[in-house]
Amino acid sequence: MEMDLLQRFEAYIASDKKIEPKDWMPDAYRKTLIRQISQHAHSEIVGMLPEGNWISRAPSLKRKAILMAKVQDEAGHGLYLYSACETLGVQRDDTIADLHSGKAKYSSIFNYPTLNWADIGAIGWLVDGAAIMNQVPLCKCSYGPYARAMVRVCKEESFHQRQGFQIMMTMAGGTEDQKAMAQDALNRWWWPSLMMFGPPDDDSPNSAQSMAWNIKRFSNDELREKFVDLTVPQADLLGLTIPDPDLKWNEETGHYEFGEIDWSEFKRVVSGHGPCNKERIETRRTAWDNGEWVRDAANAHAEKRAARRAAADTAAA
Amino acid sequence: MPTRKSAPPAALRPTPPPPNPEPVDKKNWPLWEIFIRSRQGLSHRHVGSLHAADAEMAVENARDVYTRRQEGASIWVVPANAITASSPDEKDVLFDPADDKVYRHPTFYDLPDEVKHM
Repeated sequence: MEMDLLQRFEAYIASDKKIEPKDWMPDAYRKTLIRQISQHAHSEIVGMLPEGNWISRAPSLKRKAILMAKVQDEAGHGLYLYSACETLGVQRDDTIADLHSGKAKYSSIFNYPTLNWADIGAIGWLVDGAAIMNQVPLCKCSYGPYARAMVRVCKEESFHQRQGFQIMMTMAGGTEDQKAMAQDALNRWWWPSLMMFGPPDDDSPNSAQSMAWNIKRFSNDELREKFVDLTVPQADLLGLTIPDPDLKWNEETGHYEFGEIDWSEFKRVVSGHGPCNKERIETRRTAWDNGEWVRDAANAHAEKRAARRAAADTAAA
Repeated sequence: MPTRKSAPPAALRPTPPPPNPEPVDKKNWPLWEIFIRSRQGLSHRHVGSLHAADAEMAVENARDVYTRRQEGASIWVVPANAITASSPDEKDVLFDPADDKVYRHPTFYDLPDEVKHM
């Protein structure tokens, strides 16, 4: 019986059919998805924090409205993903508790601070750009609910990258000081953005299995290269310099070659020792605790409404 | 026709909210499946799910989570545990009766070329 189920699962994967929540799936497939989707959801939620810092400091009402819309989208994306994760049989509150206890990870990029307004431009342009690069192939991943959530996310995210690039354009075309701020933001966000694609292929133990299951469609290095190829000309357009002395165009391969990534920094930040790891989790925990009265009030309100309805039903009967 | 004194005709009243699916679990709020009609003339379509303390809150949250870009003209929220689903394991047996009835499709019938528009 188990064998038949496994064969059917593998046949589905081989023929590029989607796996849906109630279909039989190997435990390891389920676990991999729970880990990946919940981390993805946490990244959306924690990802609101570096930008939330600038909502009250945005330089104009228009920029503020745009930034709020972007942060609201990220909350929404977190919710789509938590829902997708729950279809695999986990409870929402347990997932969130894992984030707060430090058991679950999220994208290490959000452990860097946003020091000035140009960082909001750099995040939209580079961080959302890298995220889109990662997420577009996930729209075709083998697990139906995850793929559907990614379709919505990708549709909404393209404005995020454009608004970031527009901020960079405005600053790069501004005063010398503004241009210097834009360059400084690029200097600080460039390497962490390249790290968003994950460790190099020869040091990415789970990649092969994820690719065999059609969860992952391109390797970390392939996506990273694609990102560099697309982004370097955009930096040229902005008149900004990519902070990599080894960056050069390779005529033969048709790709850019770029310098060595400092993987020790990546490992340090992932393992909890980045500039803002503690602050991010602390902020999430505080938000959860401070929101307790809101949840209590919603419960009380729901009970009151239910009691009223019951009384009305009794009266009508 | 007798005149109605009390309530307006049913069609003019808002639909009463459905009963809550179960007593509110303080920790994990009930799960609601969300269906959105994107515009008049189309049917409601499943878009995802969310947690809410009761049906009204589910509608409000669905507005914020699933219609931030004018995707909706109407929202249905359904307690997830009220849905009965067919079992994927019985998929073959369940849908098997339709497998050998090709004559239900118009392409089954050969017509002479002279017959147009049929």
